[in-house]
Amino acid sequence: MKIHLKIWRQKDRQTKGAFKDYTLEDVSKDMSFLEMLDTLNIKLIKSGERPVEFDHDCREGICGQCGVMINGIAHGPLKHTTTCQLHMRSFEDGDTIYVEPFKAAAFPIVRDLKVNRSSLDHIIASGGYVSVDTGQAPEANSIPVTHEQAEAAFDAAACIGCGACVASCKNSSAALFTSAKISQLAQLPQGDKETSKRVVKMVYQMEEEGFGHCSFTEACQVECPEDISVLNIARMNYEYNKARLLKK
Amino acid sequence: MSITIKANIPEGPLAEKWNNYKAKAKLVSPNNRKKLDVIMVGTGLAGASAAASLGEMGYNVKSFCFQDSARRAHSVAAQGGVNAAKNYKNDGDSVYRMFHDTLKGGDFRSREANTYRLAECSASLIDQAVAQGVPFGREYGGYLRNRSFGGVQVSRTFYARGQTGQQLLLGSYQALLRQQNAGKVKLYTRHEMLDLVMVDGKARGIIARNLDTGEIERHSAHAVVLATGGFGKIYYLSTLAMGCNASAIWRAHKKGAYMANPSWTQIHPTSLPQSGEHQSKLTLMSESLRNDGRIWVPNDPKETRLPGDIPEEDRDYYLERKYPAFGNLAPRDIASRAAKEQIDLGKGVGALKNAVYLDFSRAIKEYGQEVIAERYGNLFTMYKKITGIDAYTEPMKISPAAHFSMGGLWVDYDLQTSLPGLFAIGEANFSDHGANRLGANSLLQACVDGYFILPYTLQNYLADEIRVPKIDVNHKAFEETEQKVRQQLEGFLKSKGNKTAEEFHKELGKELYDKCGLLRTKAGLQKAIENIQNLRKEFTENLLVPGDIEEVNSELEKAGRVSDYMELAELMCIDALRREESCGAHFRAEHQTEEGEAKRDDENYCYSAAWEWTGNPSSPVLNKEPLVFETVKPTVRSYK
Repeated sequence: MKIHLKIWRQKDRQTKGAFKDYTLEDVSKDMSFLEMLDTLNIKLIKSGERPVEFDHDCREGICGQCGVMINGIAHGPLKHTTTCQLHMRSFEDGDTIYVEPFKAAAFPIVRDLKVNRSSLDHIIASGGYVSVDTGQAPEANSIPVTHEQAEAAFDAAACIGCGACVASCKNSSAALFTSAKISQLAQLPQGDKETSKRVVKMVYQMEEEGFGHCSFTEACQVECPEDISVLNIARMNYEYNKARLLKK
Repeated sequence: MSITIKANIPEGPLAEKWNNYKAKAKLVSPNNRKKLDVIMVGTGLAGASAAASLGEMGYNVKSFCFQDSARRAHSVAAQGGVNAAKNYKNDGDSVYRMFHDTLKGGDFRSREANTYRLAECSASLIDQAVAQGVPFGREYGGYLRNRSFGGVQVSRTFYARGQTGQQLLLGSYQALLRQQNAGKVKLYTRHEMLDLVMVDGKARGIIARNLDTGEIERHSAHAVVLATGGFGKIYYLSTLAMGCNASAIWRAHKKGAYMANPSWTQIHPTSLPQSGEHQSKLTLMSESLRNDGRIWVPNDPKETRLPGDIPEEDRDYYLERKYPAFGNLAPRDIASRAAKEQIDLGKGVGALKNAVYLDFSRAIKEYGQEVIAERYGNLFTMYKKITGIDAYTEPMKISPAAHFSMGGLWVDYDLQTSLPGLFAIGEANFSDHGANRLGANSLLQACVDGYFILPYTLQNYLADEIRVPKIDVNHKAFEETEQKVRQQLEGFLKSKGNKTAEEFHKELGKELYDKCGLLRTKAGLQKAIENIQNLRKEFTENLLVPGDIEEVNSELEKAGRVSDYMELAELMCIDALRREESCGAHFRAEHQTEEGEAKRDDENYCYSAAWEWTGNPSSPVLNKEPLVFETVKPTVRSYK
């Protein structure tokens, strides 16, 4: 297939960026989107141009390192799919594809399509864990967790931390990301003890990092590769209000 | 001069060794721990769990990873599960049984005491992970669920859907960030270690490049721990992440740390086959699929019917036929080789005839699609995304792919390398799996090394360092090492040839896969060594790297990694050539039984090869650690 690309190029945070046009002639339908960019990069390097910088690592949809806006949609047109798992069979011969970085005030640009998502780590560091040291754990089966509880916790825990929810949100809110961790731990007896403290700290940190507020458009779940449910946000708000009311 | 090396295995009967060690190991008092710095390179399960545990104890930890977040290290991609001898199933499991399975699975080429310790510490890991909130699969009554994995006859594998690695890693990543929040761990993401700094014979720091700015930085500590994972990516097409590399361990090797059994690479039997030249990686389908999937090929190489139209009598369920006791759950090396055998006979399926079928139709008939979806739903979805095929109605096509490095930096019982103060944990070391790793033992080893072993053994080392003040990064050793790193990077940029690092990597990978992969021969390995030497020469003359050092530059990162692979690849071939036997994943065509199984030579090769760098990649020195079996007598490994 022949594919036209309009890719966002930006040298660094200080320099102004712009779209640049490229055309690839022999794109195979079996290529992944990132393999298509690999092909472009080899071409660019050989012609003396700088290759397009983009983030990626596992290329099997689990590490959360890749992620770009493809025609305005985080991770592209295929639902519940990371950029690395998107294949060119989702496009047609002659298509023009716009490729941009994830944009948010809390995700400063590094170069081209690479952004810095450390703000998500900061949210987890503020309280997204169970406070247990190595060696303190009791026998694993001493705390039964029902099948349903474990599955519900897992649904929230499946978040890969890619930041698509932030990029797709008109307010650049990290509510889905933050609430998924709060929700996972609140639904397990191991994590529930700290829920009130955790939710207050994590919500505070989310604001500190410069993420916007959630206004319930639910766009985040639509573009989330793991289909993390917006009901987690409802749970976060419930836990937050409870914690504030009880002044814990 | 080659030497015989000792592993510092503690005295006493096998089951008492680790307890004896812990009883006698030196300690550092809590108020002294805050004076000691530790560098941890890598934030996968081994690195994150060790950094978190050391931070909790009170040490100052500097933790490095090249990814943009610690949570993205490649442990995240492990799917199937983690083993532990809990015997929750009451099916005859025990620490001894697990130890024996692991030792036998490794074809009696691992260190008995280490393997036993792995099994011994396994139960505590499940306790720790559950306490962290890892959502393992549960029975309806609320108790933990288990399944079976390749190479064993009990159910001792704990799992979190098909994302066990992700969930375990998130547990240790969160523990790590908790220590960051507490000020005990300082995280350096997007940093790549480019060399080890030795001061007066001890590992005292690293030179790292900040991948966001290109700045070359010096970091010092009282001890350095490498938890940088495996190097299967050397084959280019592999199940590993694109960034996985050997650079940290290889550069430590060039500073004097021995590399052990580098050629022992596990080729995983259930990966997706290559579909074309553009391909950058092979996606793994968890081995757990072999619990319910049946592997087969058509009897007739000229078969043209769709798989669903091929009747039972025209199919060859070759694993069930050849290994009736273990069937589709035969260990990975055996399953991969059997697949290659069928593919070489022309019975491969798919457009390139490079795959075999993994068929779920019987399991779906027996348990219903819903049950299969709950067990493997995410894997079926992933399969569909990549291939466009629905595996509920049509068998998957799978193929072997490079996966895990059993080899790595040589370490003693303390997980210390041959360089004082340099430790290696997780897949970066060589110690526990012998010549073949059993499924679900990799997550286990990484976690056990990090949570339960290194905190004791590193402390035993640090106890003698409490009077050593903070290491000064202005020491001339740092200066010299930094200069060398700069020179190398400048060299890559100056070369201005016309082949990219990736193109060299692909060529090298193909050479290795063909001649130092599933099947090795003397002539093939000799040829590979010659070809690798030529390729390495071309690499120094014809490499093309754009851009500069002091900026974001992915191509420069790749060049450094490929440059290390060029040397390591030759060592792998030399290692495979020197070992005139077959064991586990190392299969030399010259050494096989009449039935085509691996033929070990315990008389001459019952040792771990610990290679020493001499300055010339073509002439390393072979040191040997004899493997002494005090408890188990090595037998012919049979899964029939």
